[in-house]
Amino acid sequence: MNIAVLVKQVPNTTEIKVDKETGALIRKGIPTIINPDDLSAVEVALKLKATHGGKVHVFTMGPKSAESMLRELYARGVDDATLLCDKAFAGSDTWSTSLVLSTALKRHRFDLVIAGRQAIDGDTAQVGPQVAEFLGIPHISYVDEIRGVDATHCFLRKKEEKQSMHLKCPFPLLITVLDGIAKPRYMNMTHIFNNASRDVEILDNDALAIEKADLGIKGSPTKVKKTYAKSITKKTTAESLAPEDAAERILAVLREKGGMPDAL
Amino acid sequence: MRYDDGKDCFIYIQHEHGVIENGSLELITKAKELLSDTEENVVAVLLGTLDQNTHDTLADYGADAIIVCEHPDVSAYDCLNHAAVLTEIIETHHPKSFLFPGTVRGRELAPRISARVHTGLTADATRIELDNDEGQTHSLAITRPAFGGNLFATIITPDHVPQMATIRPGVFEMKKVNTPYAKRIDHTTDVELKSPIEIEAIIPKENDNASIADAKLIVSAGRGVKDCLDMVQHVAKTLNAELGASRALVDDGVVAKLSQVGQTGSTVRPLLYMACGISGALQHTAGMDKSETIIAINNDPAAPIFDVADLGIIGDAKEILTHLMRRLDVSNTP
Ligand SMILES: Cc1cc2nc3c(=O)[nH]c(=O)nc-3n(C[C@H](O)[C@H](O)[C@H](O)COP(=O)(O)OP(=O)(O)OC[C@H]3O[C@@H](n4cnc5c(N)ncnc54)[C@H](O)[C@@H]3O)c2cc1C
Ligand SMILES: Nc1ncnc2c1ncn2[C@@H]1O[C@H](COP(=O)(O)O)[C@@H](O)[C@H]1O
Repeated sequence: MNIAVLVKQVPNTTEIKVDKETGALIRKGIPTIINPDDLSAVEVALKLKATHGGKVHVFTMGPKSAESMLRELYARGVDDATLLCDKAFAGSDTWSTSLVLSTALKRHRFDLVIAGRQAIDGDTAQVGPQVAEFLGIPHISYVDEIRGVDATHCFLRKKEEKQSMHLKCPFPLLITVLDGIAKPRYMNMTHIFNNASRDVEILDNDALAIEKADLGIKGSPTKVKKTYAKSITKKTTAESLAPEDAAERILAVLREKGGMPDAL
Repeated sequence: MRYDDGKDCFIYIQHEHGVIENGSLELITKAKELLSDTEENVVAVLLGTLDQNTHDTLADYGADAIIVCEHPDVSAYDCLNHAAVLTEIIETHHPKSFLFPGTVRGRELAPRISARVHTGLTADATRIELDNDEGQTHSLAITRPAFGGNLFATIITPDHVPQMATIRPGVFEMKKVNTPYAKRIDHTTDVELKSPIEIEAIIPKENDNASIADAKLIVSAGRGVKDCLDMVQHVAKTLNAELGASRALVDDGVVAKLSQVGQTGSTVRPLLYMACGISGALQHTAGMDKSETIIAINNDPAAPIFDVADLGIIGDAKEILTHLMRRLDVSNTP
């Protein structure tokens, strides 16, 4: 079974701070990580490979610096890695990003494409489904378990708000996976060492030959009109109260808001 | 898709077993409010059977018209079949915007359509306004949190129609209008519906009754009350409140994921939200700061949760809950 995994290098958003004066993100010095959902996606792919054979090929669109992330994935056991890197790709929204990724995927034949549910910098969860549409294959989002595969079909569990669904879909297909689907393995040092100099395939738009008009900020249907940091709306100041008094204050608010059960 | 003639705001009606998803009704109400001074209509798009009850509900919340496709192959949700018919509806009616509830299904379906019709899609938005800047006749300016809630971005789609967005459920109110009337428009489909996806089983979640998104009263626990979680649960139970939680406790495995409030959990807007031992990270407050009243208990005077609280109490949650329980239990015994 040949599997492609889409992985993105993202800033570690828990470490991002906002400049309270200017409202701008302070990105300097923020460590980058592999998007957590994507790391789980790689792990499921490696597990499938272990039981069913085939190859795992990871793809990322991003700056040259994303190469190090791909090398780290070699150390985890992926077979091939491709970096899609071109100035023309910069500033792409999900539509353009998906076009680039799907164009690269079309150079191969994959039975299964796995994307993370969402990237923690954009949180859009759109790239997976859009790539599937461009490839003309079905997709299933929010998959939290691969229940099995046979020669022709994949059996999955999809998680919705109030229920889970067991779905069956023929290959080829794309799934987006929740990070709970698999726990990423620990890497051992020899693997990291042995893969430190392995080549990553780097493709630019000369190779992909996508219309310039469909790429980057210009080619993206959505435009960012403005960005701003969250305004802090300080409603009241917090008070130190003795526990008895605190309890009374809470009861008072409960009563005022009709939050007390009828019996009370 | 590039058109000049787009008008009207379409809203995808997610429904199951005759029950319409609140997220869809919230969007009807919001769109109605935004477009009330314009010539544009709010059009509910429903794939499946439109009985009188459903028709009335959609009209009640403000739909001016309802496009319905009653083809048996779209009566139940299927991403590929729904994408095919919705694309056909877009190509027939040329809406100016198309909004989807930001549910699992909405977020699975909308991107597929946006890729197919070549238009812009904004994900999981929390705010919509009319964009009346130079010549933008009633396009939408759609705002969403990014970078883990640290930043907000306002997104427009100037050159493509329909402008699409998924909107986070629970951020807008649903309100009935005074003189409900909605015109019915039947859509017969010519597309071949051939989704290969088969449903083998549907497994309801245990604990399905805990629908925290609709709760009027939520008592919520964070890592600061991990060692007295039973007290928080007791208070919640006595008050008939739902139990909420920060992701910290969900990740620690002591509270069910279903109870998580925040960016990657539920968005809630109860009458009263009581946060016990929650620091108030942006990812958490993004999901609860619209609550009507917020009480926060935290022993750290600098905890950011106090920035959104109406009543902020600096103190030990365990001690305060002990007293609160005592008072509640006393008044509870006849
Ligand atoms: C992509 C992403 C998505 C996320 N999504 C969510 C989400 O949906 N929901 C969410 O909640 N989080 C989310 N988070 C995590 C979030 O950033 C915080 O880490 C989390 O909310 C912290 O939970 P907490 O406040 O319970 O824990 P802590 O940050 O550990 O805070 C505990 C608080 O309890 C207080 N405390 C300790 N002891 C006591 C005591 N005895 N009495 C009173 N107070 C006490 C402390 O002062 C502290 O403020 C997300 C993070 C990321 C990166
Ligand atoms: N630039 C990218 N390169 C490779 N994969 C990506 C890229 N952007 C998004 N993805 C994939 O699409 C998923 C969803 O991303 P997003 O739609 O940005 O939330 C991610 O988890 C990745 O699997």
